[in-house]
Amino acid sequence: MLSVYAFIRIEEYTDSTFLREDIKVNFREEFYLNFIQDDRWRYITKGLGTTFAVTFFAVILGVALGIVIALIRSTADKSGSKSIVLKIADWICKVYLTVIRGTPAMIQLLIMYYIVFASPNVSKQFVAILSFGINSAAYVAEIFRSGIMSIDNGQFEAGRSLGFSYAQTMIYIIIPQAFKNVLPALANEFITLLKETSICGYIALTDITHGANTIRSQTYSPLLPLLAAALIYLIIVSVLSMLVEKLERRLRTDAR
Amino acid sequence: MQDNQVLFEIKDLCKSFGDNLVLDHISTEIRKGEVVVIIGPSGSGKSTFLRSLNLLEEPTGGSITFEGLNITDPKCNINKYRQKIGMVFQHFNLFPHKTILENMTLAPMKLLKKTKEEAESQAMELLKRVGLEEKANAYPSQLSGGQKQRIAIVRSLCMNPDVILFDEPTSALDPEMVGEVLNVMRDLAKQGMTMAVVTHEMGFAKEVGTRVMFIDEGQIKEENTPEEFFKNPKNPRLQEFLSKVL
Repeated sequence: MLSVYAFIRIEEYTDSTFLREDIKVNFREEFYLNFIQDDRWRYITKGLGTTFAVTFFAVILGVALGIVIALIRSTADKSGSKSIVLKIADWICKVYLTVIRGTPAMIQLLIMYYIVFASPNVSKQFVAILSFGINSAAYVAEIFRSGIMSIDNGQFEAGRSLGFSYAQTMIYIIIPQAFKNVLPALANEFITLLKETSICGYIALTDITHGANTIRSQTYSPLLPLLAAALIYLIIVSVLSMLVEKLERRLRTDAR
Repeated sequence: MQDNQVLFEIKDLCKSFGDNLVLDHISTEIRKGEVVVIIGPSGSGKSTFLRSLNLLEEPTGGSITFEGLNITDPKCNINKYRQKIGMVFQHFNLFPHKTILENMTLAPMKLLKKTKEEAESQAMELLKRVGLEEKANAYPSQLSGGQKQRIAIVRSLCMNPDVILFDEPTSALDPEMVGEVLNVMRDLAKQGMTMAVVTHEMGFAKEVGTRVMFIDEGQIKEENTPEEFFKNPKNPRLQEFLSKVL
């Protein structure tokens, strides 16, 4: 009985030209169903725009906030935190880092949407940017802090002995070197952030992932929409990595 | 400014790290045109003393007056006075992300508000003086140790300081590069630059120094002209130290 079944299967599939035709036809149909029919491709393009916008503004917010936190933390570390204001600021930063890094980004997004704002009138995109920006800032802060602390103290002393203030020494001498050192880690964080935005769907915001998933739920055909979403992420990340590598090479002037 | 004017007046300077008293009531002065060479065993506090003069180490007691102003006063804007006090470090501390020319022009442009042209022409002149003008657009990593230290010296000169502090400027150098750095320092002394030099180069102390200071256990145990200092050391610790290093 089993051998008969096997024989029939072999008969069916040995005609490989037939098989190829079959896949081609299938692919065309699937493609039409998932992307062309009812203009479903719009879900993907709309999602792409959202993913870009959320990532871009979250990166800006994350870097700005992250640098401020890194400066507070490293200034407190360097000066042995003598001033009470600095001590309190340092403590707040530490609590912030612990909470943000200790909870999942998805929970943070849900809390931001359902508890902090809890209003249907607020833009979902805005909530996502805020949530991801605040999340990313915690990681960026620690990356920058490690970069600042990795610069030899002699650089700092050289700057101060020329007459630069603490802030000027940071801006002209320490941060440019620290930035160069942390660029790979920073790029990694941005790539992680880009992929992390795929949870936007949980607040019904249409990013690439949510768009692809919507198509899947309409067509009951998961293969193409999900593969397309994966491919788009892969392409963005690859291009991003390439750009960072270029930037790194341009900044590597002093390394001979 | 006339000669013999007191630049630094140091009174009862103390510095402790926790319970460890590194500087123990040091009092002295440094006058314009002097080349004060500071020697002593390692851990004696000589580097800490030098670094206190521009407050890279904050004194825990006593006072330092620079050009008539008490710079240990918390209200004093130390950044202003540091512009007049050059410093050369053991490990050069050039800025690796900037070219030699940028290393030299950064502070004059940002702090003295010089134009790029002014700052660069001054820097090029100084580079010519130490024979490194062809390195203007090189990065510090492309230079030898001796070249780096010569650049560090002229970088401090770009701020037109009234005094330069040298913290073991030749200790990190290969032996064959010590001479080129000492030559630059000798020229500076000849031109009347006020210098305070922590060093182990006894030859330099004898030849260039106008006064030699022996610091041990956080105190100035002896200070004198080089001739007297090396011929007739009075302090027993100094006698012992000199017998080891000479």
